[in-house]
Amino acid sequence: MGAGRLYAAVVAGGFRRYATYRAATAAGVFTNTVFGLILVYTYLALWAERPSLGGYDQAQAVTYVWVGQALLSTLAIGGGGAETELMERIRTGDIAIDLYRPADLQLWWLAADLGRALFQAVGRGVVPFAFGCVFFPVSLPGDVGTWLAFLVALGLAMVVGFGIRFLVALSAFWLLDGVGVTHLALLVGMFCSGMILPLNVFPGALGEVVRLLPWSALLQAPADVLLGEADPAGVFVFQAGWAVVLLAAGRLVQAAATRRVVVQGG
Amino acid sequence: MDSGVDDEGFIRLDGVEKVFDVRKRTGFLRRERREVRAVDGLSFTVARGEMVGYIGPNGAGKSTTVKMLTGILTPSGGTLRVAGIDPARERTRLARRIGVVFGQRTTLWWDLPLIDSYRLAHRMYRIPDARYRENLDRCVALLDLGALLDVPVRQLSLGQRMRGDIAAALLHDPEVLYLDEPTIGLDVVSKARVRGFLRDLNAERGTTVLLTTHDLTDIEQLCSRVMVIDHGRLMYDGPLAGLHEAGESERTLVVDLERELPPIDAPAPARVVRVEGPRQWLAFPASASAADLVARVAAAYPLVDLSVREPDIEAVIGRMYAERAGA
Repeated sequence: MGAGRLYAAVVAGGFRRYATYRAATAAGVFTNTVFGLILVYTYLALWAERPSLGGYDQAQAVTYVWVGQALLSTLAIGGGGAETELMERIRTGDIAIDLYRPADLQLWWLAADLGRALFQAVGRGVVPFAFGCVFFPVSLPGDVGTWLAFLVALGLAMVVGFGIRFLVALSAFWLLDGVGVTHLALLVGMFCSGMILPLNVFPGALGEVVRLLPWSALLQAPADVLLGEADPAGVFVFQAGWAVVLLAAGRLVQAAATRRVVVQGG
Repeated sequence: MDSGVDDEGFIRLDGVEKVFDVRKRTGFLRRERREVRAVDGLSFTVARGEMVGYIGPNGAGKSTTVKMLTGILTPSGGTLRVAGIDPARERTRLARRIGVVFGQRTTLWWDLPLIDSYRLAHRMYRIPDARYRENLDRCVALLDLGALLDVPVRQLSLGQRMRGDIAAALLHDPEVLYLDEPTIGLDVVSKARVRGFLRDLNAERGTTVLLTTHDLTDIEQLCSRVMVIDHGRLMYDGPLAGLHEAGESERTLVVDLERELPPIDAPAPARVVRVEGPRQWLAFPASASAADLVARVAAAYPLVDLSVREPDIEAVIGRMYAERAGA
């Protein structure tokens, strides 16, 4: 009970911290909209050439783009989530402060990142998505149930996203300089989440493999729920499975990291 | 509180060691492993309610000790107890009973108003509501934080932030407070205010304080006992006054003569250490009488003015290090 209230306060704090920076949010909204426009025209050309590519019709493909733009910063697929701050704290030794707290490191950062994600969803996701829905032919579900299922899938995607990025961040305990890992995570994340092209477009073994990787739980899974292309229950199980595996792995790595921790600086 | 906690040994270290493995690259793939003993057989006890200065040069092992005392580093050897708790094994339980303040880091939420960090502490330490309000009011009044509560931490000055950090560490009534350079970078007024607050806290609440600092005025004004550590070993543990004797400290007699003269022929062990025009500096043991020396100099030389300077601890400690290194 007490712990629940603590982490709820951390979620709220995470939300409000990001809400503080209005100019950054506005710039982000603009960027996501422009990025969305570029992708939409690319997709329109692609689907005109190959209708029903990957099982999507043109309206579904357009919808997929705007869902992607809404979730890009929400799920911090391109970086910029809690892991950026966490790596910096490990590098500078400020992580010591997190370790002095009577709180669990992983849960603390999960809560902070969920707060951030909730703000980004509202602050940076809604506007580009609405823009896309107004100016382009989209395919949206008519029933509330599908929308609710989408929100559940989105919530699970936030946890999976954190699970991946927490592992990336903890590598800083060993590497100290996280630039290389961050770049690699960005590259893998953009491709494997389906941010560049929907994963169901990829043929053969490559497609089979990327659709099973945790990144597909981020964008592909919620998008397929919204587009009515996947059974929500199956998607939830897939996402929850990865969430558990990743959080458990994070816990093990965290234990190893704090055991051998050499907190930087005096 | 806990049964089995004796107040005399509230903080107890017994032969504590911390060895780091440092890997050094010596070739393309070859690495040399080297052991660094950051803390080497450290033993001491701190009684409940004591205020102890913990000093030493950079890299002496001060921070490593504090990290072990809070449980974020595990000792390589020896035993260590704080309030009867083994910090490394029960870090979270201990965290509820201690407070930590770093001069160079902040525990506050950088982007949010100060009050948000306090509300978080309220939840984090599960402080009963009435207690939280009472402690917050007290800290706000004594540290003059009233006008700052709604200001985002990033906009606070260093002195304001430091006061904010100290309050954050005290809302849950910690029994032990570790202060790491709490006055670093502060102006004279802020330093005085922080010291005054800490003195009152220790006197009124009986909070045990371990103070790490480079500013020896902190120690002079706050701590009756000082521990000096170097190379991971305790070099001195006792009252501040005794440190002067341990370092064989000297006082300085500064005399202004009527005119430039050759160095004064002072009675041993006093000796001239510096001459600058008509002014001369004479060093003599801190334990010796200044009156005697003054009388003898005044009798033989044309004096215009004189003053006696007390030894500064920094120099004393420096001399102590030099001596040990030479030994």
